[in-house]
Amino acid sequence: MWLKLGRRLGSLLIVMFLVAAMVFFLTRLAPGDPAALMLGDQATAEDIARLRQVYGLDKPILVQFVLWLKEIATGNLGQSIFLQRPVVQAIAERAEPTFFLALFSVSVAALVGIPAGIVSAVWRGRLVDQIVSGLAMLAANIPSFWLGLIFIQLFAVRLGWFPVAGYGEPGAPFLDRLMHLALPATVLGIVNSALIVRFTRASMLDVLSDDYVRTARSKGVSEVRVVLRHAFGNALVPIITVVGLTAALLVGGAIVTETVFGLPGIGNLVVSAVLRRDYPVIQGALIVVAAIYVLINLLIDIIYTFVDPRVRY
Amino acid sequence: MDKSPLLSIRDLEVRFRTEEGEVTPVRGVTLSVGAGETVALVGESGSGKSVTSLATMGLLPRPAGRVSGGQILFRKRSGETVDLATLPSSDLRKLRGSEIAMIFQEPMTSLNPVLTVGEQIAESVRLHMSLGHAAALKRAEEMLELVEIPNARRRVHEYPHQMSGGMRQRVMIALAMSCNPSLLIADEPTTALDVTIQAQILVLIERLQKELGMGVLFITHNLGVVAEIADRVTVMYAGQVVETGTVGAIFRTPRHPYTSALLNCLPARAQRGEDGRRVVQSIPGSIGPVGDGCAFAPRCSQAADVCRTGSIMLEAEMERSVRCVRWREAFA
Amino acid sequence: MDRSPILLFFRRMFRRKLVLVAFVVLFVIMLMALLAPWVAPYEPTAIKVIRRLKPPGELNWLGTDEFGRDVFSRIIYGARASLGIGFAVVVVSMTVGTLFGLLAGYFRSLDGVVMRVVDALMALPDILLAIFLVAVLGASAFNVVLALSIVYTPRVVRVVRASTLVIRELPFVEAARALGVSTRRILSVHILLNVASPVLVQATFIFAYAVLAEAGLSFLGAGVPPELPTWGTMIASGQQYADDAFWVVLFPGLAIVLAALSLQIVGDGLRDMLDPKLRKAL
Repeated sequence: MWLKLGRRLGSLLIVMFLVAAMVFFLTRLAPGDPAALMLGDQATAEDIARLRQVYGLDKPILVQFVLWLKEIATGNLGQSIFLQRPVVQAIAERAEPTFFLALFSVSVAALVGIPAGIVSAVWRGRLVDQIVSGLAMLAANIPSFWLGLIFIQLFAVRLGWFPVAGYGEPGAPFLDRLMHLALPATVLGIVNSALIVRFTRASMLDVLSDDYVRTARSKGVSEVRVVLRHAFGNALVPIITVVGLTAALLVGGAIVTETVFGLPGIGNLVVSAVLRRDYPVIQGALIVVAAIYVLINLLIDIIYTFVDPRVRY
Repeated sequence: MDKSPLLSIRDLEVRFRTEEGEVTPVRGVTLSVGAGETVALVGESGSGKSVTSLATMGLLPRPAGRVSGGQILFRKRSGETVDLATLPSSDLRKLRGSEIAMIFQEPMTSLNPVLTVGEQIAESVRLHMSLGHAAALKRAEEMLELVEIPNARRRVHEYPHQMSGGMRQRVMIALAMSCNPSLLIADEPTTALDVTIQAQILVLIERLQKELGMGVLFITHNLGVVAEIADRVTVMYAGQVVETGTVGAIFRTPRHPYTSALLNCLPARAQRGEDGRRVVQSIPGSIGPVGDGCAFAPRCSQAADVCRTGSIMLEAEMERSVRCVRWREAFA
Repeated sequence: MDRSPILLFFRRMFRRKLVLVAFVVLFVIMLMALLAPWVAPYEPTAIKVIRRLKPPGELNWLGTDEFGRDVFSRIIYGARASLGIGFAVVVVSMTVGTLFGLLAGYFRSLDGVVMRVVDALMALPDILLAIFLVAVLGASAFNVVLALSIVYTPRVVRVVRASTLVIRELPFVEAARALGVSTRRILSVHILLNVASPVLVQATFIFAYAVLAEAGLSFLGAGVPPELPTWGTMIASGQQYADDAFWVVLFPGLAIVLAALSLQIVGDGLRDMLDPKLRKAL
């Protein structure tokens, strides 16, 4: 098992390296000299040349890449051009809303998606199944920003139940934060539940026809217990995977929703960085998001060993 | 004393809804199992023997399958006789695992891979014997000892994937026996196992059957196994019983041509070059409507015009019954 | 005689009425997009300040926007851009993805490299990768297509590679190899024909994703120029008026949902029809 995890870690490190390479070299494709961009319109040619030297931009590109990788590996993501502070700090400041948004969204998605998928599989082909599958398909094809706007109109502007946007004053109580996150988390929860419903349904259908489910029934176990303990226990691995990946992709994948609801998260940071061509911030955010994705993947692998005894040995 | 048999299936008919329409894999099956008796239900795959056993357990795949006719009478421990075909599902569930238990063909897949074998046995025990968690696990351990699993104390905490196929089938048997059932349905319990393990499992079932006095309905396609374990035999073909009798009588004087064809496939007889092998070379007939003559006629070497019309009844005589219009002339 | 397979195709395809409905909806939307100048009641850019933000009514079925432009006409013209970009993304990602999928699935030596790159691309959320690429390449319709193609190509590579791995082991491929058929021909005829159906299914899904993603990018201001009416830019420019004129946001969004949902349903129908295992289980 340790060997397996080690090998997995190795391939994940390669993935990280490739992400870093992609981010680095693609950024260099962008029009304009990074040094000129950093200094703004009034910079003289000498200033630019000096800065190029300071940042090592005059060295061959491969050397630059290696130097940059070294910096990243030590946790230094560079300096934001516009925010006047290290990228790491800028991202850390924005991490909280993104983290809680991802957490609440994936909780909503799982709490809605898993039971719906189970119900849909147990009553396969019946009316409930058709309704659940239909709704899941609908949810998957709603643009989240549009649903967000509709929700804001309905629940914030018209009904006044929730704040329209933002994350509350700095240092606001947790309940206030929750109120601000309720609508965006619901929107993302609905949109992301679709995939969880589909996966849960499919893997439950798979195991419900397995022999040990029949064995459980032959023991006189109640149908509820057959479904929840015997079948669901075996369907868990793919379900955990899809829930975990949903969570991973919500960190940094909630850009549009963060923008609609004016949440000062990482997504928001990326959008403003893109509009201002603040490349160090974009690069840093991409590296961090990919790293989180990779870490969650590793976490999923570790969780497997608790869920499925066959993996443990 | 109540002289009625433990299990008495009468004219059982099972229907399945499929994409191509309704099929009737079991049509008018009658058989009985007495207390302490082992009855073998024999037939090739698709003959309806497994469907019969699933119907008895109330485990037909829903909503496609249903009992559409007949009775499945079962004498409970309390002495009361109930019809399993019409019993409310909650009452049937109380009988399953406690008074009627079942073991299946595939030991590799019939145990839940994410629960320890102890947990799986204990679950049944807690459900039916109202024991606590610790007592149920203790009982599970005893059951593993009963089925001759070494190191039961350790094994009880192991997962199925840590065990061999033969060992898992022993666990299945322990699971089935855990609540002292009066009827055990064994659906091809040895088919998936190596020959040496097969013999061990057969001996185990036989021993437990004698010790605990259960009735056993033993489903198999292997007549060699039947000779070793059964008291009586019921042979099925295309969803119908074609012959019933004691093991001795059936093996000595098979009266239905299908039974004799099956017997002729046994290695010992086949060596003697007796006729009948050609039957097995052809494929089983499709299950058409009842009443179009004998279902076996298309494959029967003895078939005559009388075999192809009307409905052929099960004729009873003493302890035998045969579904063949020509058995007196052809085989007497 | 040669009509019967086509008939069979349609009968299977439309056994579920929903698939038929989705197909018809999709067809109508595409037809309207193609015939926009004849179908749309107004010019999409015709500004009428006196009729700004009018609710849906007789003159403007779906109301007017902040410049008094007809929302319905703009949705029809928007379909051109939105579906056009989506379709272009499908074509590019299918072509590139199939090529790399075939190579990765057939040649062991390429598999590792291609799949690691695919993994790396998929380690970033679709929209984040897309916005990064557009930021680097510059915002234009062409670059949006390019960016979204890079985002969705890995999915195609995975599907094609998985199918190729299975198909290359099948007897008919081995037979072809034994008969001395060239590798290029094996790949381009024998295997390509057999991966066609999963790729086709994937194409409809990617079409739907691309329509959704394009709308998201445009909404963020990182997509096509805001003057070009697409469903995404309509919602983006309309959102500040949503308090008083919900229709400027509601209807373009409904158009997105309708188009994406129809594509998804048609894709599902295709998959059910093409996957023999599923067909039997139904």
